[in-house]
Amino acid sequence: MSQARIPAKTNAASLRTQEGRRRRRREIAAGYVFIGPMLIGILLFTIIPMLMLFLFSLTDWSFLTGYDKLKIVGFHNFSRLLHDQDFGQSLVHNLIMLLAVPIGMALALLLAVIITERVHLSGFFKVIFFMPQISSIVAVAVVWQVLFHPSYGPVNGMLSAIGIDSPPKWLADPHYALPSVMLLMIWIDLGVGLIIYIAGLKNIPRDLYEAADIDGSSAWTKFRKITFPLLTPTSFFLLITGIIANFKAFALIKVLTDGGPAHATSVIVYDMYEQGFVNLKTGYASSMAVVLFLIILFITFLQWMFQRKWVHNG
Amino acid sequence: MTTATAKAKTTRRRRAVSVRKLIYTILMLAAGLVFLLPFLWMLSTSMKPEVDVFIYPVEWIPKHWQAAENYAKVWSGKANFTLYYWNSIKVSVLTTLLSVVVSAMAAYGFTKIRFPGRNALFFLVLTTYMIPPEATLVPLFVLYRSMGLYDTHTGLILLGGFSVLGTFLLRQFVDGISNDYIESAQIDGAGHRQIFLRILLPLIRPAVATYAILRFIWTWNDYQTPFIFLSDKALYTIQLGMSAFADRNGQFYSLVMAASVSAIVPLLIVFIIGQKQVIEGISFGGVKG
Repeated sequence: MSQARIPAKTNAASLRTQEGRRRRRREIAAGYVFIGPMLIGILLFTIIPMLMLFLFSLTDWSFLTGYDKLKIVGFHNFSRLLHDQDFGQSLVHNLIMLLAVPIGMALALLLAVIITERVHLSGFFKVIFFMPQISSIVAVAVVWQVLFHPSYGPVNGMLSAIGIDSPPKWLADPHYALPSVMLLMIWIDLGVGLIIYIAGLKNIPRDLYEAADIDGSSAWTKFRKITFPLLTPTSFFLLITGIIANFKAFALIKVLTDGGPAHATSVIVYDMYEQGFVNLKTGYASSMAVVLFLIILFITFLQWMFQRKWVHNG
Repeated sequence: MTTATAKAKTTRRRRAVSVRKLIYTILMLAAGLVFLLPFLWMLSTSMKPEVDVFIYPVEWIPKHWQAAENYAKVWSGKANFTLYYWNSIKVSVLTTLLSVVVSAMAAYGFTKIRFPGRNALFFLVLTTYMIPPEATLVPLFVLYRSMGLYDTHTGLILLGGFSVLGTFLLRQFVDGISNDYIESAQIDGAGHRQIFLRILLPLIRPAVATYAILRFIWTWNDYQTPFIFLSDKALYTIQLGMSAFADRNGQFYSLVMAASVSAIVPLLIVFIIGQKQVIEGISFGGVKG
């Protein structure tokens, strides 16, 4: 059997190419069989919806009315978006929320350095700080709603106990709602940053620190001159994924504040949901989704540019 | 003499280091406790009678226990947590299975089989990765309604099962496996199907386990997808059930907390069993979503 696969030298060349061609065809077929399911999945659940999205974004249409009522309006939805104050506000909220990304990263880095070098039970701490990440976002949101309750909540109970007369109303106060959401985001995502920073720290060669010890450098100098610069790719990765996750934020906002109070915590995906699934404006909601897509495309492009630069310089 | 003093110095320094390490550990334990306070509050509240919920200072250990009653109310009341659990288990397990199979096959096809168009198709897969699922919610909803996939578990499973993330993760591992294994199997007359099942899958089992646990956790905790694509209460996953329960019993905080604990505990168990894999998976690609 296996002998037939290895053509003897005496065989005619034509026989060899025929056998080779047959094997080649089988190889190609096998390739498509293996990647086929994934390709069909992508086509059906990503590429076709994406094409539909671009089409819908150019229409004034509600999915309830059927395709014959679909009216092409060109870029009207996008020019409407430019004057949509609610959407503009949501975009601003997304931009403000970006502040949570570097703050969370700094905290994660601080904890990662302490956990890697300075404590016992480091595995235990990883699990503790990762807990919010694996918890149901609905359960977490409900608990924080009660903790932040303006009049009965334990947070304000503590604040008034230490003598603060009129503590903020947190999620119920338009000025404090967005910072409260950001606080919660930092709390939820801290574990991810922490674990990725710990992995990054483990990749830094020990002898760099030993050399610095011989020079008598302080811990702060070692952090500034070795740890921080060598973690740049890790930090950059966390920054980019953090920014992208921020623009995609929806579930937490939906269950925690429903965009309120008075639109104070609405974000672009929340507006898209409201237009598309509450007001049933399929066309208008699609144009918002296109904006989201373009923002993420732009960030991915920036990431790609910077990474190329690094590869060339480093 | 000098060696003796040097030795004394190093032991002193070592002792100083270990004392400092102990202090840092205690400080971190305190920080960890503060970090976990919301969970402790949830747990303690879930076992109290409603009137004690907002007593200040907080009674971390309830004075009056009412755990059995609270949990019984959650599990046998109008909200059918048993059903939500079953739905979540079904959707999460099937999504994970589908995703692992599809991803592992694609990972093998993209690295170990040569065929024309391979790189172009992989590039296509790579580009679709940056399309956020949130952007396609509206058109998918329209598509699902016309395909009869709206308001079905099948629809949810298909959406999660064809995520490209698994392909990337597993491809890295498949790529690291020497071609010698595959070539020698081919000389023995094995086809790609046999090589995939008998040689490749056992070799990448740790990576498959890591990805499977992550996919299971993500599916179990996913709120957005079922929220958009389900409407029948009988199909609700635990996340939707939990949210509906909180909406209905908003003022009974002890019950809502008992429901929250019920929603978190199964995943906590999965996480504690598979923490090594989860942490490895997260640190590997820093993947999420």
